[in-house]
Amino acid sequence: MKVKRYLRLLGIQLKASGLLSLQYRADFFTEGLTSLFWTFTALAPLFVVYSERPNLEGWSFGEALLVVGWFTLLQGILEGAINPSLTGVVEHIRKGTLDFVLLKPADAQFLVSTQRFQPWRAFNVLTGVGLFVYAFMHLGRWPSVTGLLASVLLLGTSTLLLYSLWILTVSAAFFVVRVDNLTYLFTSIFDFARWPSSVFQGVGRGVLTLVFTYVIPLALMTTFPAQAMLGRLPPQSLVGAVVGAGLFAWGSRQVWLRSIRRYTSASS
Amino acid sequence: MSARTTLRAFPTLLRVGFAEAVAYRAEMLIWVLSTTMPLVNMVLWMAVSREAPVGRFGEADFISYFLATFAVRQLATSWAAWLINWEVKQGTLAMRLLRPISPLWAYAVESIAAFPMRLMVAVPVILLSVALVGQKAVPQHAWQWGFFVLAVIGGWAVAFLANVAIGALCFFLESSQKVLEVWLVLFFVCSGYMYPVELLPPTLRTLIDWLPFRYQIGVPVELLTANYGWEESLRLLAAQWAWVAVLGALAAVTWKQGVRRFAAFGG
Repeated sequence: MKVKRYLRLLGIQLKASGLLSLQYRADFFTEGLTSLFWTFTALAPLFVVYSERPNLEGWSFGEALLVVGWFTLLQGILEGAINPSLTGVVEHIRKGTLDFVLLKPADAQFLVSTQRFQPWRAFNVLTGVGLFVYAFMHLGRWPSVTGLLASVLLLGTSTLLLYSLWILTVSAAFFVVRVDNLTYLFTSIFDFARWPSSVFQGVGRGVLTLVFTYVIPLALMTTFPAQAMLGRLPPQSLVGAVVGAGLFAWGSRQVWLRSIRRYTSASS
Repeated sequence: MSARTTLRAFPTLLRVGFAEAVAYRAEMLIWVLSTTMPLVNMVLWMAVSREAPVGRFGEADFISYFLATFAVRQLATSWAAWLINWEVKQGTLAMRLLRPISPLWAYAVESIAAFPMRLMVAVPVILLSVALVGQKAVPQHAWQWGFFVLAVIGGWAVAFLANVAIGALCFFLESSQKVLEVWLVLFFVCSGYMYPVELLPPTLRTLIDWLPFRYQIGVPVELLTANYGWEESLRLLAAQWAWVAVLGALAAVTWKQGVRRFAAFGG
């Protein structure tokens, strides 16, 4: 019963956002152009590195391109589906209008997370898929069916992880007021996910790799799905990613519930 | 708006700006932490150069290069374009225009006044670089230090003036945020922020020599770490300040033409 109600709510929220973005159809093209342009910054270092070396920590050019593809795709999801809603939450907390959300007879986390979608911003998803195609053409082969299925599953866990990390960031808004630049901090940490995680294993005897696998699970978000596409992700890593993402989501939910208790509204 | 009023207002503006920088120190720290890109690239290039050096760059050279990039980025930076866009949209630029001093000076001083706080981040990073890499991470001669300081000021001027010119475009375009994005992408790719421009193929390098981006970050960093001789240093510095002059003229013209079109909404 409850699930059905929430699905209907999600439908309504999606419809409202969809109608809103139909008013700004031209944005599709400007966002598309900027997306392609920004992809350039992700690719430029790749080209420079691989003009020096054919292989970097066991990743060839085409393989590393897959990681960039996943990075770009997740960026699309982040900017189209996660960012718009959650920056709204920060505004709500600052202005005290979160009251109105809390009063509604539905889960607050659900409501704030679905309040706004910006489909045009998700253009990066298309760019990411384009990069996959290019990468595999470069590699001269196509992914196996099981590899593709595993990577689709990992797309789900990556999105869940990204969303949970965002919930954690937003929860910080209950403690410190100025959080708008926390979003920049988040994006810049996400920058590390542009590269295969094995690149970082030389730093501090692998400490950085451990951090990016278990603390801020960036490796799980881009490197694992790319490995799955290439068909070289061990099954236990796949299971680990699914379980880990579930645990992470549960943990961030607990933090959100605790943080929201500290919400005191604004006096103005 | 005589030069004398501007000059007299300067010390006060600096004091206000400094007080603001101190008041928002936590926010500044977050901004500093969000410029991690040189560190990402440092780790990456360390991995690349572990087996064999790339050009003249070994692992240690990459460490000193990217730590210097991180430090210079804290100083040679400006967010004026964003600020101008915001103030024009909100109509709050009207308040600034009422004052007997050009808003451009106010923006400049605001940014300069944050220098002491930003140095508190940049200097330790350079010291760290010396601790990790040794003497060769910094210049050996006093004159090279002088050139480096001039280059950092020049780098800041390039960033600030380009920002003003782009910001002033919003008088014509409603919003120049997209132009700013284009500038930023070119900056990332061409400035030496993500990789030393030396590693690019020669044709691209000649092109970049003629563009302003390298003079914001790449040139100050190279003057700090690359141990250039007199001639090379002088040539780079001259090119940088030529760009400062060009961008200065560009900023002055677009601002002057643009601000006439300003109409304050709301308020």
